[in-house]
Amino acid sequence: MSLRERLASGSFAVTAEISPPRGASTQQITATAAALRHWVDAVNVTDNQGSNVRLASWAGSLAVLAAGLEPVMQMTCRDRNRIALQSDLLGASALGIRNVLVMTGDHPKFGDHPGARPVFDLDSVQLLWTLRTMRDQHVLLSGRKLDPAPDCFLGAVENPFAPPVPFRAERLGKKVAAGAQFVQTQFVFDVPAFARWMAQVRDLGLHERCAILAGVGAVRSVRALDYMRDHVPGVEVPDDVFRRLRAVPPDKNAAEGVKLAAEIIQQVAEIPGVAGVHMLVAGNERAVPDILDGAGIRTTRGADGR
Amino acid sequence: MTAASPVPAHPRLGVRVAYRLQQVLRPNGGYRWLSTRIEASGPARTLFTGTERQTKTALFGCRMCGQCALPATAYVCPMGCPKELRNGPCGGVGADGSCEVYPERQCVWVDAYDRAASQGRAADLRLLHRPIDHGRWGQSSWLNYWQGRDEGLWTGDPGARPGAGT
Repeated sequence: MSLRERLASGSFAVTAEISPPRGASTQQITATAAALRHWVDAVNVTDNQGSNVRLASWAGSLAVLAAGLEPVMQMTCRDRNRIALQSDLLGASALGIRNVLVMTGDHPKFGDHPGARPVFDLDSVQLLWTLRTMRDQHVLLSGRKLDPAPDCFLGAVENPFAPPVPFRAERLGKKVAAGAQFVQTQFVFDVPAFARWMAQVRDLGLHERCAILAGVGAVRSVRALDYMRDHVPGVEVPDDVFRRLRAVPPDKNAAEGVKLAAEIIQQVAEIPGVAGVHMLVAGNERAVPDILDGAGIRTTRGADGR
Repeated sequence: MTAASPVPAHPRLGVRVAYRLQQVLRPNGGYRWLSTRIEASGPARTLFTGTERQTKTALFGCRMCGQCALPATAYVCPMGCPKELRNGPCGGVGADGSCEVYPERQCVWVDAYDRAASQGRAADLRLLHRPIDHGRWGQSSWLNYWQGRDEGLWTGDPGARPGAGT
């Protein structure tokens, strides 16, 4: 069952994330994809995450596909203008990459090439709109005809916790209007705040037009949590998460992080309108089976489970 | 375009005054006639565009993209966003409402939301802004506005649930 079919069927979807290597090999991606393929419906391949140069998302997505798992190709507006973005969609679609996740992208300031020229020719809403128009109207942004048109399942991201908080559900509404069919959220640590956002999402009827996947991460150490709070834009970590991790000995931190993630999955799964979870585990993919087991999510995917 | 990323600017014009001016400057036959006359003369056009540049740079930190979004953003310029986002804030806004690139500045969209909401105009921020035409940098957006060339800049959501979120 593809991600699109899973979400259409209404059964709980699980996606995860792979961060490609800084190097010219897909070996590590292939190994991770093979390890995850019976646990998740699809896996995101990040696009130069945090503005750090990594192997291209389209190439990583092809490696995931070859390993028998469905990729979600991430596409940011940071490094490419409207010509390159449209061209990339055509190439990805032609080679069998169906899921495309559109995001604005981190500013180059935060990465390993802070002097790079930021592009941001389109924003995420405009890129979604462009890609949907290519697929549904068979035309480019310029109005020129496409033959054949690409086939794609369009995703977006949203951060329910960042100011202006009252506008965040409406911001998702703009992405849905532009073409988003699924959305993956930023890390959910504060479940009540997420539930408040979901209530607004339901008021706007967005959960009926777009599948909502809550972002859940596994925290390995207090240091990783510190880094996340201080260096990853848009991530807020409540104090009680720190307290909980500090309350156990350092060698038990990872296990406590897994337990916490499983609890959050159980809590968000109870919120009406939540279609699944997106596991923000880049670099810690081995934790996925334990987290899903802990959350009691039916984990048989692949040959026997589909 | 300048080499460094754009810097968020807080408007020097209060939101209530700005919305009142919006009524006064709305396109009509008079403005259309005036703008046609101005466009017909090279020096008049240069003078008018220069005046617009000076006024809007002082008031809004305008960068002369030539396709003004201010009427739909509570008169906070989205081109001051380091990512030039015209459809709302990115996910990196600090908990205190600060810009992720210039933490000492407020995010233009936090500013816009507060100003719009204070006047009951928050629904303006739901409008979908089309990609800009980079060929228009340096042009007078007032002339473009009065000539009706700005009419396709934004649109609503045809699929929205009636009355949703109001």
